[in-house]
Amino acid sequence: MKRLLINKIILTLSTISALIGLAFLAWILVTLFIKGLSSFHFSLFVNDLINNGLRNLIIGQFILAGMASIIGIPLGMVAGIYIREYGQGRYANLIRNLSDIMMSAPSIVIGAFVYAIVVVPTGHTSGFAGSIALAIMMIPIVISTTDSMLSLVPQELREAGIALGASKYKVIFDIVIKSAKVGIMTGILLAFARIVGETAPLLFTSQTSNYFTLDLTHAFPSLSVSIYDLASDVQTSSRDLAWAASFILTVMVLVINLTGKFITRNKK
Amino acid sequence: MLAMNIEKFSFTYPGVDEPSLKNITLPIEKNNITALIGPSGCGKSTLLRSMNRIHDLYPGNKYDGKIELLDETNKKYKNILKIKKENEFIKLRQQVGMIFQKPTPFPMSIFDNVAYGLKIAGIRNKSELSDRVEAALKGSALWNEVHDRLNKSAMGLSGGQQQRLCIARAVAVKPEVLLFDEPTSALDPISTSAIEELIVELKKDVSIAIVTHNMQQASRISDYTAFMYLGDLIEYDKTENIFLNPKEKRTEDYITGRFG
Repeated sequence: MKRLLINKIILTLSTISALIGLAFLAWILVTLFIKGLSSFHFSLFVNDLINNGLRNLIIGQFILAGMASIIGIPLGMVAGIYIREYGQGRYANLIRNLSDIMMSAPSIVIGAFVYAIVVVPTGHTSGFAGSIALAIMMIPIVISTTDSMLSLVPQELREAGIALGASKYKVIFDIVIKSAKVGIMTGILLAFARIVGETAPLLFTSQTSNYFTLDLTHAFPSLSVSIYDLASDVQTSSRDLAWAASFILTVMVLVINLTGKFITRNKK
Repeated sequence: MLAMNIEKFSFTYPGVDEPSLKNITLPIEKNNITALIGPSGCGKSTLLRSMNRIHDLYPGNKYDGKIELLDETNKKYKNILKIKKENEFIKLRQQVGMIFQKPTPFPMSIFDNVAYGLKIAGIRNKSELSDRVEAALKGSALWNEVHDRLNKSAMGLSGGQQQRLCIARAVAVKPEVLLFDEPTSALDPISTSAIEELIVELKKDVSIAIVTHNMQQASRISDYTAFMYLGDLIEYDKTENIFLNPKEKRTEDYITGRFG
């Protein structure tokens, strides 16, 4: 009797906790949806911010995150392969721990760091500086995903490759990475989703711009930074635009996340 | 004639004082099946894994004594424990193939699985590759089941088919010795008997060493049997002698199921 009672109490408590968490998530989404949708219009995708649109910001955000991926994905993957496949004991563990610490570094600190090493020497904010800050955020996530996905590949598979006369690097590139491919791809997609909505690393590295530009050597349009600016603007129309931009950014991140989940599920 | 000759071989894992294999002397007869039996932890897998030096994936092992391998091209024996260079390891593993406990298909097509070792051996000619793949699959009794889906992923095969695919993959490079590390312990009885038949069939072309927990399996398929216990080789003889007239008390106790 007593065991059944305790079971019921624990079950109720966990259900309530889960519901509270979900309620806040739903609240955020519903608010965004209502406020965002009321100021949403398809002309937002056509005009730039200077004409009360978001086109330059959306494209700019993707270019910043894309540049960060070009830097961050190869570096992170190679580092992940090193610590799982080649690293021996102490060094591999040191890098793994450093990477974990980097992952939990506050993003504003990464922004400040890039401000000090890129923005100050060059004298002005730039798209490159923003991309570097986002890449620094991305690298430890990619390292950790690659590392853990490779660790799931059974050791027998590596031995089977070696037993056929393959060298270690051939086994890694032909067999091990292929087995872990889906997991690594999903992880990279989630890492992209993580950085595509970041504000703090961009706040004083790339800043944002009202105009459309592809020139990464100067201040670069960013959806998230503009949301920050617009939301604190005195004009109501600006704040409405911030709601619409928040809505679009959330939908973007949601779609990328769901794509990641979808890839893994399909493969299983 | 001997395919391999193990003499006074000792093996110590890194960070351990006590050797896991002590002074093992064991012949591997050419074109015969030698079974290694014994309770868990007796060192039979360690011995098998020394015969293609797969242990060297993990550094720090200590070897003593010698393991000689007959090189069919010049009929000379060579001590494989002396191997240090990468290209010599590659050659050793082409001469001594290995099949593992769990089937280990690579995440690629059936054809590419079997062709993998051939490509590493430097065979690039398309028609030669497909001939060798077909021959290996036929030799592993898998051809009839897969010939119409060679380009499909090997991951879709059943466990027994996957294990035969791994045998085909090992046979394709024409090794001189094949090492089986409990090849049927993860399989159902029907797949097991198919693999056993295949192993007996294969001894025409290769010499075989097999580690097994299953004493019926050892008595069914092997010509010679070695009984190991706690890192020592207790008894080695023709299989019928081991199972009908063991000379050592411990061998008799083990095969009659008194321990192990």
